[in-house]
Amino acid sequence: MGPGTGVSCAVSLNTSLTPEQRARFQDVGQINRLLGTAKTIAVVGLSSDRQKASFFAANYLQDEGYRIVPVNPKADAILGEKVYPDVASIPFPVDIIDIFRPPQEMDEIVTQAIARKEKGLDAPAIWMQLRLINLAAAERALAAGLTVIVDKCVKMEHGRYHGGLHFAGMNTEIISAKKRKR
Amino acid sequence: MPCNPSPARQHFAGMHGRLRYTTPMTNRPAPRKFGFETRMVHAGHVPDATTGARAVPIYQTTSYVFDSADYAADLFELKQYGNIYTRISNPTTAVFEERLASLEGATGAVATASGMAAQFVTFMTLMSPGDELVASSHLYGGTVTQLKQTLQKLSIKVTLVDPHDFEAWEKAITKKTRALYGETIGNPRGSILDQERLAALANAHKIPLIIDNTFATPYLCRPMEHGATLVVYSATKFIGGHGNAIGGAILDSGNFDFSRFPTIAAPSPSYHNLRFFDTFGHYGFLIKARAETVRDVGACVSPMNAFLLIQGLETLSLRMDRHVANAQRVAEFLSQNENVAWVSYAGLPSHPDHKLALKYLPKGPGAVFSFGLKGEGAQVREDGKTFIEALELFSHLANVGDARSLVIHPASTTHQQLTDEELVQCGVGPEMIRLSVGLENVEDLIWDLEQAFHALSRSTRA
Repeated sequence: MGPGTGVSCAVSLNTSLTPEQRARFQDVGQINRLLGTAKTIAVVGLSSDRQKASFFAANYLQDEGYRIVPVNPKADAILGEKVYPDVASIPFPVDIIDIFRPPQEMDEIVTQAIARKEKGLDAPAIWMQLRLINLAAAERALAAGLTVIVDKCVKMEHGRYHGGLHFAGMNTEIISAKKRKR
Repeated sequence: MPCNPSPARQHFAGMHGRLRYTTPMTNRPAPRKFGFETRMVHAGHVPDATTGARAVPIYQTTSYVFDSADYAADLFELKQYGNIYTRISNPTTAVFEERLASLEGATGAVATASGMAAQFVTFMTLMSPGDELVASSHLYGGTVTQLKQTLQKLSIKVTLVDPHDFEAWEKAITKKTRALYGETIGNPRGSILDQERLAALANAHKIPLIIDNTFATPYLCRPMEHGATLVVYSATKFIGGHGNAIGGAILDSGNFDFSRFPTIAAPSPSYHNLRFFDTFGHYGFLIKARAETVRDVGACVSPMNAFLLIQGLETLSLRMDRHVANAQRVAEFLSQNENVAWVSYAGLPSHPDHKLALKYLPKGPGAVFSFGLKGEGAQVREDGKTFIEALELFSHLANVGDARSLVIHPASTTHQQLTDEELVQCGVGPEMIRLSVGLENVEDLIWDLEQAFHALSRSTRA
């Protein structure tokens, strides 16, 4: 269940970014399009602990039909998927690199993502999870031509545009008189 | 860069009755934060893909068929969003919740069976036995009973303090204090809480400030803009506005750091040691309140009542403007009447909290207030009864926030078992009459009060 045919409202709750940064890294239309077209999501820092936030997000995204690619140097298989030790070693194209690692580790992750684009393998969007922010790395990815989303949870955003977050009583900030898309 | 004031309108021009862009698509207006009145009628409800129903459908169902066995398991573990059972969530109720959250500027809401349930669920989500709460003493009587009787049974200690005495607030806070609590417009004398000072105090102690904003509604005051973390409502009152449905709500700003707050941060034994704040971040408190406390306490609102409360929200600003305009006129009339000893409405310059009202409630300090008849003791108790029985338009009942004007004389009804001395201790003298001013023609209301005063003077002479 998607939003109306045009999302024209501002989404500004629960972020520590400034309005200028939000315009660069949290564009409503861009997030909606990205989640609508992506098929494969690499989750960097995906835990095998079922009660961790990263597992909740990846489990949800898998239910919603995305192929999850776990990236974690300390596991073999999570959610029934083969685990890769880092972004560079994933041998097939991915659409989003969703990062659940501390900001200081993001420089290397972004470097590997840019290298994938330069090799012509893919051009993954960089997604820095809620409160895990490295703006310098974000700017570098943007300059390299990658889509970058910062300080947002991929599960919450999918839930925002596809109905689930609303059913939990949360303020999606989506206001539209258009009929929802099927 | 020069400031560009361009409102959205500048990008459109009327052409043969149709709108068209006059600037290229690359310059289309920025996403807009829609205004309060727009959100009153739209927020939380996008017409569904199947029927396109424009009004909010009433999902009068107890339960929901699962997509698959695996999906059901994920729902029960909170790993999926979705409905299981209407005690926990319901699609009609979700519209009420999101709409109210949008009007409040909150991150989300949980609807409850009543305002009393909203408070209780909030306390049960935040506190454990042995914890403490510091609250304003200017509260609705039912709240005082819940705090002092029911919470005490659960070994939660509550200290009530004069809301204007900030030394008393500070002194009452201990290491076990888990929250501060007060009403935007307090009972019984319409006192106004200094929310920013109280929020600063709560912040200094790293505990949330909870505000009962029932008498103000999000149209007259939004406590989160003054630093409150949680807001609770009896939606039965002005939010529903028509006296036809009981309901309540809990809202969270999403701005409080619960990472070291025991009940929200600690592993939950009822969800395989899930840590609500770790996993759900700014949604942690609300998801715990819904998935644990409301689930276990069972204090959910019915879908039909949620629908009626949504109908109320759709006209909230219009009704509140009329409520406060009528209340101001009635208060001014009473303050000049020879039968009246005092009027306690913060919209009058004579009220001790008038300046606080101008700051926190610039559109008007609500429509519920009290006044005192002249006289003392048994005689004024009798006068109160006579006055109320003479009223034609004010309904004599125990509620506030109806579209119709309401009146009650606490000394002969809700507080009749108390002695005169006990009444004064409660701040409810035998002379006190409480009004909830409705939406009627205000001249008619003033006529009604005048003729009741006339009946009073005749009975006093007799």
